[in-house]
Amino acid sequence: MSRRPHRSRKNQRLALIVGGLAFLGIAAALVLTAFEDSVVFFFSPTDLAAKPIDPERRIRIGGLVEEGSVARGPGDGEIRFLVTDGTTTLPVRFVGVLPDLFREGQGVVAQGRLAGATFEADEVLAKHDETYMPPEVADALKKQGHWQPESAAKGKGS
Amino acid sequence: MHRFANPTRFLRLANALLPWLAAAAVLLLGSGLWLGLLRSPADYQQGETVRIMYVHVPAAWMAMAGYTTLALSSLAFLVWKHPLADLAARAASPIGASFTAIALVTGALWGQPMWGTWWVWDARLTSVLVLLFLYLGHMALTNAFDDPERGGRAGAVLALVGVVNLPIIKFSVDWWNTLHQPASVLRLGGSTIDPAMMKPLFLMAGGYLAVFGVALILRIRALYAERRLRQLRLSLTDA
Repeated sequence: MSRRPHRSRKNQRLALIVGGLAFLGIAAALVLTAFEDSVVFFFSPTDLAAKPIDPERRIRIGGLVEEGSVARGPGDGEIRFLVTDGTTTLPVRFVGVLPDLFREGQGVVAQGRLAGATFEADEVLAKHDETYMPPEVADALKKQGHWQPESAAKGKGS
Repeated sequence: MHRFANPTRFLRLANALLPWLAAAAVLLLGSGLWLGLLRSPADYQQGETVRIMYVHVPAAWMAMAGYTTLALSSLAFLVWKHPLADLAARAASPIGASFTAIALVTGALWGQPMWGTWWVWDARLTSVLVLLFLYLGHMALTNAFDDPERGGRAGAVLALVGVVNLPIIKFSVDWWNTLHQPASVLRLGGSTIDPAMMKPLFLMAGGYLAVFGVALILRIRALYAERRLRQLRLSLTDA
């Protein structure tokens, strides 16, 4: 007997699998695109300005803490700061304990509600960027003027 | 490829490879841990917590590599029906699941001090949790049938369906806003990790890869012996 019929059955199975996977991939891409608003973990201040969001809805916003914008008080443990994505800036008010990595110029994600122009946060998470280096290297870069402000939250998605 | 599909030939090669892989695993993991935990600099932002990366990142890579192994074996089993591919798929899934669990646990331990939370449902973390469930589902499904052939086929279909998750994991941090940081090593424009931190990271990655190889060979050998025993028993009851 020739090997031909055997061969073609294998090819058929292979084609079925490849076709099935392509179909699944397209389906997954469509679903994920349709639910993009639920898949994104946070909105940037620009996203927020662009789309009207129900003030009752709990959302997360993210961006960089603007340099020199962090102010404490007047209440006990009350912190006010500006979150920016480079184009739009959003004032945030938060009462509570901040994570270790929270600092000016660093990425931050806050959960809460939009009350008028201010975002009332009930949880603040620090967002780390993808750069890893020893402190000496960071100092040397700053001294030489090669320091690039973090762009992790800035250039993304929004 | 068909040359290695012969179990005796495959086992001869695997047995010859095993001591070398084991030695490589000990050396690479030993030097990687020593460099990573004791002899590498702290990070300018994270401080000493950065050392969790040396355990976490290679585990996450191996979680993906393990699933790729599982998927390729499943494809080979479905198309060419070779029993050795079925054994490789069954052997790979618990190892991959272990690496995924390591990545999830060490990630939570890093997230608590750095982000301020153990867990969030962002796209990266959620898709890796789905990967763990795919592995567990594969393990359960392959063993759910009396006939190992049928179990292997059902498991292989599940494994191939789950392949959709791999690009989602990899690109989740680029496609959507996530709390998880984007890729530092496997990215366009080069790595953003200091060379002093890159070295222990790569040593650990090599060590994990060797551990994966050792565990895979040991498990394939055990599964093959089990399969043989089953066949012998069946032929005895038939006689």
